[in-house]
Amino acid sequence: MRFFGYTLGDESAPQPEPTPEFFEEMGKFMEEATTAGVIVATGGIAPTMMGAKITLKDGAFTVVDGPFAEAKELIGGWALVECRDLAEAIEWSKRFVGVLGEGEVRVRPVFGPE
Amino acid sequence: MSAADSTAAIDAVFRIEFPRLVASLARLVNDIGLAEELAQDALVDALIQWPRDGTPRNPGAWLMTVAKRKAIDRIRRDRTFEAKQSLLVVDAEIDTDRAGFRDDLDQSPIEDDRLRLLFVACHPVLSVPSRITLALRFLGGLNTTEIARAFLQPEATVAQRLVRAKKTIADAGVPFEVPTGDDRDSRLASVLEVIYLIFNEGYSATAGDDWIRPDLCAEALRLGRLLAALSPDDPEVHGLLALMELQSSRLAARVGPDRKPVLLLDQDRRVWDRLLITRGLSSLDQAGQLTDAPGPYALQAAIASCHARAVRAEHTDWDELVRLYELLARAMPSPVVDLNRAVAVSMASGPAAGLVLVDHLCDSNTLDQYHLLHSVRGDLLAKLGRHVEARAEFEIAESLAQNAAERELAAERVRAIGHQADNAP
Repeated sequence: MRFFGYTLGDESAPQPEPTPEFFEEMGKFMEEATTAGVIVATGGIAPTMMGAKITLKDGAFTVVDGPFAEAKELIGGWALVECRDLAEAIEWSKRFVGVLGEGEVRVRPVFGPE
Repeated sequence: MSAADSTAAIDAVFRIEFPRLVASLARLVNDIGLAEELAQDALVDALIQWPRDGTPRNPGAWLMTVAKRKAIDRIRRDRTFEAKQSLLVVDAEIDTDRAGFRDDLDQSPIEDDRLRLLFVACHPVLSVPSRITLALRFLGGLNTTEIARAFLQPEATVAQRLVRAKKTIADAGVPFEVPTGDDRDSRLASVLEVIYLIFNEGYSATAGDDWIRPDLCAEALRLGRLLAALSPDDPEVHGLLALMELQSSRLAARVGPDRKPVLLLDQDRRVWDRLLITRGLSSLDQAGQLTDAPGPYALQAAIASCHARAVRAEHTDWDELVRLYELLARAMPSPVVDLNRAVAVSMASGPAAGLVLVDHLCDSNTLDQYHLLHSVRGDLLAKLGRHVEARAEFEIAESLAQNAAERELAAERVRAIGHQADNAP
């Protein structure tokens, strides 16, 4: 089963500058998860101020430039992971957020051929 | 978190860690069966201690340390000189674990052990079903119940096969190492074969009512990705991975809403998984960078990539496919490849040209019992307007199909062509 995992947080809150040790530890984690065949795709997401919101209502488009004022956004990283079940996806998410030190990760199943 | 939840969480940790534990332990104690027991004993400790004391921050390292201590206890009880030698190794490793916290983040030694274990699990001294079972158990981390379910076999059969396989390895004194030299090629071929057999059983199941079993494909892909990470210099490793990624990209399109198989050219290509196609093409590219003479897996992946690149079936580059099938027939002579080549020729140069090749295959009698030979011949005959002969071929195909879904597909073609055949002059 494929799962979509992403970090969630308040992008207006100041983020500490990542240390070289953090990059090293995160690199090792990514390598391990990739070797295990768990991570199939991953990427980072830029702040909402660099994006736009597109709405279609009553036949009319509205396009609003970021930032958007939601309290919590998908911030930073996301990954598509291949796990046997939700429990495995949760375990890998724990390991990931363990490297972050603290934070919130959400993981949701992706529909596929089952 | 409820007790059931926490058991599920521990199970998940264990499924992830089990293959790594067994690989490391197997090197230390030089016995896969004992390694498995030690790993399981460590799990029992975890099931008791973690709910009580909390899950350790690094559960993998915890399990590894506990299992290695148990290995020491076992070896102490066992008093041979050889065993004492192993003891020194284990002691040293535990010290490293304690001192270096992050021996467990440094993957390379464990990954080497996993590659060794994969080669042992796929050793030619074992029967092919045993190799498949060991690979799923020790590299995939599946338990007996899961393997039995995956292959629709009684659990007792799988359990027995595991016991016998471990004994065979021990009796034959198979060394826990990655083979080198000439031996490596044939041993690697066995590893690739085992992984592809698992994949194929998922991709077109030979047993049961379902035509595809995506879970098995996923297990094989996992093993393929693992092998590509562990042995990145072998072109065929990437060739096999590319083939499996590309074929997996079509899984969702391969079964219709009525659960019947949908043939490649009839598939809705919009539901092909673009991510897997991209991964497949990139693995194929890696295989190509490692050699100028692609092997059978890379050639089959190249064939799959030809289809993957065609956004619509009518865009398929059949001339390129004929060329690739000719290369494949030389790299891996097989009547099944010849049959596929005949299909490609029929698409590139018309059904009559394809039929000549198919009839040639029929004359050789090698594929008499292969249902696809008859359904291909039926197709070509139908295209040539020879409906009565076509129906006869589809009927043979129906009687030979092993899978319920394939049988149904053949039956449908018999019905579809029946009307035209009845009205034939």
